[in-house]
Amino acid sequence: MAEAFIYDHLRTPRGRGKKTGALHEVKPVDLVVGLLDEAQKRNPTLDTDRVDDIVLGVVSPIGDQGMDIARTASLLSGLPETVAGVQVNRFCASGLEAVNQAAARVRSGFEDLIIAGGVESMSRVPLGSDGGAWAMDPATNLATDFVPQGIGADLIATLEGFSRTDVDALAAESHARADKAWSNGYFENSVVPVYDKNGVLVLSKDELIRPGTSVESLAGLKPSFEQQGRDGGFDEVALAKYHWIEKINHVHHAGNSSGIVDGAAIVVIGNEQVGKDYGLRPRARIISTAVIGSEPTIMLTGPAPAARKALAKVGLEAKDIDLWEINEAFAAVALRFMKDMGISQDVTNVNGGAMAMGHPLGATGAIILGTLVDELERQGKRRGLATLCVGAGMGIATIVELV
Amino acid sequence: MTDTAVKYDIDGDGIVTLTLDDPGQSANTMNEAYATAMAEAVERLYADADRVKGVVITSAKSTFFAGGDLKRMMPLRKEHAAEVFAEVEGIKATLRKLELFPKPVVAAINGAALGGGLEIALAANHRIAAEGRYEIGLPEVTLGLLPGGGGVTRTVRMFGIVTALTEILGQGTRFKPEAAQAKGLVDELVAADQLVARAKAWVTENADVEGAGLQPWDKPGYKIPGGTPSSPSLAAFLPALGPILRKQIKQADMRAPKAILSAAVEGAQVDFETATRIESRYFVSLVTGQQAKNMIQAFFFDLGSINSGALRPAGVEKYRPTKAVVLGAGMMGAGIAYVLARAGVEVVLKDVSIEAAERGKSYTAGLNEKGVSRGKISQEKADEILGRITATASAEDAAGADLVVEAVFEDVALKQKVFNEITPFLAEGALLCSNTSTLPITDLAKGLDGTDAAARFIGLHFFSPVDKMPLVEIIKGAETSDETLAKAYDVVLAIKKTPMIAHDSRGFYTSRVIGTVIEEGLRMVAEGVHPYSIERAATQAGYPVGPLQLADELNLELMVKIAKTTREALGSEELTTTERVAGKLIAAGRSGKLKGAGFYDYVDGKRTSIWEGLAELFPVAEEQPAIADLRDRQTFIEAIETAKTFEEGVVTSAAHANIGSVFGIGFPPATGGAAQFITGYDAADGSFGIEAFLKRADELAAAYGERFAPTPYLREMAAKGESFPA
Repeated sequence: MAEAFIYDHLRTPRGRGKKTGALHEVKPVDLVVGLLDEAQKRNPTLDTDRVDDIVLGVVSPIGDQGMDIARTASLLSGLPETVAGVQVNRFCASGLEAVNQAAARVRSGFEDLIIAGGVESMSRVPLGSDGGAWAMDPATNLATDFVPQGIGADLIATLEGFSRTDVDALAAESHARADKAWSNGYFENSVVPVYDKNGVLVLSKDELIRPGTSVESLAGLKPSFEQQGRDGGFDEVALAKYHWIEKINHVHHAGNSSGIVDGAAIVVIGNEQVGKDYGLRPRARIISTAVIGSEPTIMLTGPAPAARKALAKVGLEAKDIDLWEINEAFAAVALRFMKDMGISQDVTNVNGGAMAMGHPLGATGAIILGTLVDELERQGKRRGLATLCVGAGMGIATIVELV
Repeated sequence: MTDTAVKYDIDGDGIVTLTLDDPGQSANTMNEAYATAMAEAVERLYADADRVKGVVITSAKSTFFAGGDLKRMMPLRKEHAAEVFAEVEGIKATLRKLELFPKPVVAAINGAALGGGLEIALAANHRIAAEGRYEIGLPEVTLGLLPGGGGVTRTVRMFGIVTALTEILGQGTRFKPEAAQAKGLVDELVAADQLVARAKAWVTENADVEGAGLQPWDKPGYKIPGGTPSSPSLAAFLPALGPILRKQIKQADMRAPKAILSAAVEGAQVDFETATRIESRYFVSLVTGQQAKNMIQAFFFDLGSINSGALRPAGVEKYRPTKAVVLGAGMMGAGIAYVLARAGVEVVLKDVSIEAAERGKSYTAGLNEKGVSRGKISQEKADEILGRITATASAEDAAGADLVVEAVFEDVALKQKVFNEITPFLAEGALLCSNTSTLPITDLAKGLDGTDAAARFIGLHFFSPVDKMPLVEIIKGAETSDETLAKAYDVVLAIKKTPMIAHDSRGFYTSRVIGTVIEEGLRMVAEGVHPYSIERAATQAGYPVGPLQLADELNLELMVKIAKTTREALGSEELTTTERVAGKLIAAGRSGKLKGAGFYDYVDGKRTSIWEGLAELFPVAEEQPAIADLRDRQTFIEAIETAKTFEEGVVTSAAHANIGSVFGIGFPPATGGAAQFITGYDAADGSFGIEAFLKRADELAAAYGERFAPTPYLREMAAKGESFPA
């Protein structure tokens, strides 16, 4: 079987996902084009004719992000017209899903070189703006016990007994780690600043990080999902299923949930031959991937079963993994994942996560996989696993091994 | 043409009057006669289009139109879906054609227009109603149905999704004509004798007005008020519509409100023709299902039979009390005095002291005050009601009373004593009623003075709070005469309550049956089931509250006392579950809500959380049963007990058991009541009927104990293909 090597990965800095955010003025397609241009600059020997496809994750693929943004970006970036493009959506896992699909296609031997990644301008196309029967159609909503994901996160905290201090402590740590990683230049190689059409810098660093964030400074924030849970009837929907608990303890708020941001990321995935042909150095190989469905109302407990599935496929165990990336969709998701897998916070999200830097939905999976590869290299470790919880009750995992 | 259900007359001004007048029935329904006649009438309208100026639709019956033909709906099953759909679509196509007739069409509503009746009127361009005390509305949801004759589609287009759902469709609200006008369902209100004249005048006024013959939704540029699912303002709210509904129905499996919500939202996304077709499909899914049948059986046929007095002994002249004595001015007595006074009866409210009696009377004053402040009743009427109540401590004030309702403490000797104190003053042949919930009527009767006292004595079991609870359980003692039963029945109807008849036996019907579900809840606690799971299983099954809350409200000490008495009467030595479980709580100082401590904690009398210490008395088990089992254990234990009450002759009518169980003790309404739950059992796997019930009961018996095993009586009934007596 062919190998699926990661040859390169790039991401934009993440801009605050509102109209005052630095990247709000930048169209999502331009965020992608900036990365495609940079990838070509960095790998001048690469013959772009060899790129079979561009696979991009987008969670709200309408408006600025509609009409197959991957193909649009390919055309706009001036890549050969033979480079196709497809947009995929597995909610928050879309970016990693794009990578996994690309890896599978390369490993199967059907294709040689695919650029995978994702983009989300949450300031321009807000979460949920694509509608969808799951939430919006009463018959479907009723039959599937729909609740918004924040309710599921609070439910996890309630079931696991995570206190407000527990979740806030993790959030504070995420900011501290992200700040340190930036200060030490750990992200320098992968983050590509965003420039305007005249080459003037727009944004070079993640906008959301707040150094000095502490449990105390977070304590004043109001729970985000309490009113929605009560007035929208969602708590009761969840409690119909989790009937033994009295009530949901609403611990999550803007500070211990993933930040709403704009951003994009790409990963260049190819087989051995491509590397040989163009003198590219493979940085890591993708050795296993998995997706799995989990209970949809609590929604966010998929990462552990997905990780176990990916591990089992290649005969590995948790102890064989050196570093872990679990998307910080909500603090309780990361806490629960570490608990489920029996792993330490010392080896998990070591450079911070989405609570500090934000979660540009369609791109995040590709971002955290890139962060993992960089950090494995920096620490001289071997294997890493990246995972995300996914809307409607799914989990995704990817295991990489340095070459 | 005289035997058509829709008469067609055209007058000299070119105004056509379509008169709804089913030759075969006293009320118009959406039967074949209507469908054919209406289709012909509308065809003729189009044929006459040149000389027709406009159309008036009215009725020759005392009501306008009664709605769907419920009898015909009862046998409909899944396999009939295609033909039912075709029929419904046919009826609706006629109404749509009438609606699209380009001349003004006005509905002249002369009487009750519920369901299909209002749906016909909604297809008109204008609605004029006669003043009166009849009802207008779309109450389908209360029968497990949805307004499938265009009612969902048209109200959504008239009022918008949210208003149509919350104010018209969701609860099946019935409006008096003035309220219907205020709501906008009716455009004008006129005196009954001017109805058709005014309707014709409206046609004349609008004959040449452009667009008067068009519905708003058929005019260009029309937008649904409040927006469609794609409008941002509504879209933000849309994901919560289902969950909020689920919260309102406490997560119970009630299909009609969900179908109504779905049809309303889905219909708002498409054009009128498609919307009305979607509405038909949801209607067909409900009408061919079991739940609607169970609800129609209970809330139309059974309730109808009870209100028409099917079990009231015949040949007894209708009785109307003139003066009543209520003995005991506690919570029950005070409530009973209120409902009697409200029904126009002079009431003497007697207690041991005038202060106690006055306190009881002030209950009515309080209710009146609330009613006046909410505009439900005029000050004058309120004063009248209060003026009918005389608070007293002296027996002489009972002079000439022809009705006694006793509501003192549950003690045989005390009850007999208070009766005998006033007996000398009563009118000859007075009706003697006791509001006891447990004491055997036959025993009570034995100690009463007066000629034929035992024959005139009967149980009248009210529920708390009396002013709100719709049921009164009538208990016929061994000596109670038929005349007394008939009179008691009349009293209950006179105070606008629903009677159910039970025969004397320990716990009668309602107390006996509700006792089983509370005990089952307590048994679950003893087994180590999570207390919140027990409570949620109850509301998910369709009960208004869970058994632990009920136990707290009933009072654990009282429950233990009843359980002990019952056990001793049966000669058993082994403590009952109620005694064991409730006993432990009582020992821990937690006898219920009254004490501010029971299964739940209470803060200032308000229930808060399950008491944390409960887990120490009854540790939560490692393995928990499926919640479906917890739900079924509650409904089945009551249904099995109900079957036993038939077997023992305590209850003799399915209608009375159904209505009694739903109205009195909160049996899940969507099942149609505790008897219908058995004969119309609606199994999770889609099977239905008594065999499906027996199968599930046997499963529960195997898993949880013999108390769920159906008795041979029930098995034989099933084997013979019989039902409980109607």
